[in-house]
Amino acid sequence: MKTLISTLGLAVGMTIAALGGANADPLRVAVAAEPYPPFASPDASGNWTGWEVDLAKAVCKAEKLDCVITPVAWDGIIPALTSNKIDVIAASMSITPEREKTIDFSDKYYNTPTAIVAAKGSGYKPTPEGMSGKIIGVQVSTIHEDYVRKHFPDAEVRTYQTQDEANQDLVAGRIDATQADKIALDAFLESADGSACCESIGEVAPDVEVLGPGVGFGLRKGEDDLKAKLNAGIKAIREDGTYEAISKPYFNFDIYGG
Amino acid sequence: MSDALPEEIAAPHLPSASTTRSEFLKPHRIVLALIGVGLIVAAAMTLRWDWLPKYGDLILAGLWMTVLLLVVTSILGFLIAVPVGLAQVTGPRIFAWPAATFCTIIRGTPLLLQIWLLYYGLGSLFPFIPEIRQSFLWPYLRQAWPYGVLALTLSYAGYEGEVMRGAFAGVPKGEIEAARAFGMGRFTLLRRIWLPRAFQRVLPTLVGETVLQLKSTPLVATITISELYAVFARVRQDTYIVYEPLLLLALMYLVLTAILVYLFRLLENRLTPKSR
Amino acid sequence: MPSGLDLLALSPPGWGGVLLAGFWNSIQVAVGGFGFGLLIGMAGACGKLYGGPVTKDLLAVYTTLVRAVPELVLIVLLYFAGADLLNLALSVVGLGPVNVSALGAGIFVIAVVQGAYATEVLRGAIQAIPTGQIEAARAYGMEPFLMFRRIILPAMLPHALPGLSNLWLITTKDTALLAVVGFAELTLVTRQAAGATKHYFIFFCAAGVLYLALTLTSNLLLRRFELRLRRGMPAG
Repeated sequence: MKTLISTLGLAVGMTIAALGGANADPLRVAVAAEPYPPFASPDASGNWTGWEVDLAKAVCKAEKLDCVITPVAWDGIIPALTSNKIDVIAASMSITPEREKTIDFSDKYYNTPTAIVAAKGSGYKPTPEGMSGKIIGVQVSTIHEDYVRKHFPDAEVRTYQTQDEANQDLVAGRIDATQADKIALDAFLESADGSACCESIGEVAPDVEVLGPGVGFGLRKGEDDLKAKLNAGIKAIREDGTYEAISKPYFNFDIYGG
Repeated sequence: MSDALPEEIAAPHLPSASTTRSEFLKPHRIVLALIGVGLIVAAAMTLRWDWLPKYGDLILAGLWMTVLLLVVTSILGFLIAVPVGLAQVTGPRIFAWPAATFCTIIRGTPLLLQIWLLYYGLGSLFPFIPEIRQSFLWPYLRQAWPYGVLALTLSYAGYEGEVMRGAFAGVPKGEIEAARAFGMGRFTLLRRIWLPRAFQRVLPTLVGETVLQLKSTPLVATITISELYAVFARVRQDTYIVYEPLLLLALMYLVLTAILVYLFRLLENRLTPKSR
Repeated sequence: MPSGLDLLALSPPGWGGVLLAGFWNSIQVAVGGFGFGLLIGMAGACGKLYGGPVTKDLLAVYTTLVRAVPELVLIVLLYFAGADLLNLALSVVGLGPVNVSALGAGIFVIAVVQGAYATEVLRGAIQAIPTGQIEAARAYGMEPFLMFRRIILPAMLPHALPGLSNLWLITTKDTALLAVVGFAELTLVTRQAAGATKHYFIFFCAAGVLYLALTLTSNLLLRRFELRLRRGMPAG
């Protein structure tokens, strides 16, 4: 009997500690909990690394913000922001009009073209005709899903929680092609699996309305102070060379885009 | 120790038929019902439902997929559960042991993990076996539903197999001895005595298992099968509306469960002999 | 290319440490969620048995809802709504908003789900106590709380234990669903490890072994506990 009560007491205590533990108020910067190399992925010691993680940390440092990287499921990342579980989204989220109805964005911090990857020698073309009747994998609720649904009406769209899973199914041959950010796809094509099976079939036709002006930090509406700080931070690291220093190990071109 | 919940715990009860209308409609119930209706009306008026017409067809397609998955995997699962249960009760060691291990593994690990193991685990092996891509099965193996159906079927078989084991073991010895005394062969004994008696015993637990199965179907949404949960996930992700789609989704599962419980009650009334 | 055992090594570059940390998270959520679920269940069972008609009906709505709606839907709903509701409640009583940690939210979600099942298990167990024992306690003038602590709780436990054991096993597996909302428990970290290394089979099997070990160990301990509790009870 006593053991049961003390177990219950322990559980209560643990939860109160858990509920109250996160109250020190650092800025919670969210990355998607699903790996998205080379932007953000966990390593074997459980730390989050990648270009976007480095960049977010640099912006925080430039503006003397106390930031903590918090992984959140991509599926619920906007609700998590609006319900105050996180403060900033740094998850390669493209700035789109649809999203701007719900949340606010900082200035863009990178912008890259959109490409399609398919099996080697497939001969597919990244056009509506070329994709007709094919199975295209995309990450769910991304600009790529919107683009594929709008421009490739005759293709079968399969949605994944992460780009990683779409890549995996392309390797397994379950989908014919996948559309994503060119950089993410390049990283995949450099991996052992990717280089063995697949190749890029080129970039898709631009559509600013769907693809947006680039990637920015997402934040709650009305937090204009924070927004100003993040913009100033992005500007500062662009100017003092930190941005280039961070990008160099990852990319051999200017990821900031035009 | 059985992992399956007793029927009365797993399956919610509808008000039983014997409750007369006047008993059910007590004054405080009317007030509560009015409050409930008020909440629903308030939800309908104040929350955002403008997305509903646009996704109506998708929701119906998802509903159909969920029902199909439930029916197919429950029937297949039950068909596997019978030999799994029987093997554990009467089978020789070489059958009994694997059957028991199967039940332990299925019931000892999360279904989500099993689904991912089948889908991504097998998927990661395909590139190394080129023969698979040439085989006639490949058009099916490319799709996600065979993995979902397999995982859900095995899960149902594992849980129900354990219930069947208990049911077979619980058939009174005397009946079996009597049947033997009449000179029944093993197969006739199984068909005429053991199966019908065991089935009678598991019938009340089937509804609970099937409700649990219904509640497991959303897990296959994580491997790109667009059933009901996946459709609503898409609504959420397209519109960034959080609560409304989830509330409607919960309501739809509630109705599905109620229908399921009702159907099983009809079945049970038809199959159980009238009390003497 | 590293072999299977290297991948599971406890220190980086092996992922064993990450897996175990996820496993520890799973266990914490399971213990916390189950503990709070028991408290909810205890209150719910008493409410269902001794509460007024309104309490009884509201509890019936709670248990029916939770048992008819998939856990995954409840978990997603509660995970998002939970913090909102808590902060709403806090602002009503005049306190500022708090940050809810992922662990706290996970425990809350599991507790609400398991609480409904625990309510039914405990209600059944209390009903199984011979009424004479409770009447005798009343006749001796025991206060309700004292009676609950000294008579009802100990007398009900042997009846409740099989049902509660099942609930515990279900709880440990339900924690896997938190992977979908991005809580770093065993199933999610397994998928992260598998995705990063492309060795899906090894990691999913390793996680399966961990879950199985938890189930089997729990089974063993619970059976012992049950035997001890049943000392002095009539056989059968």
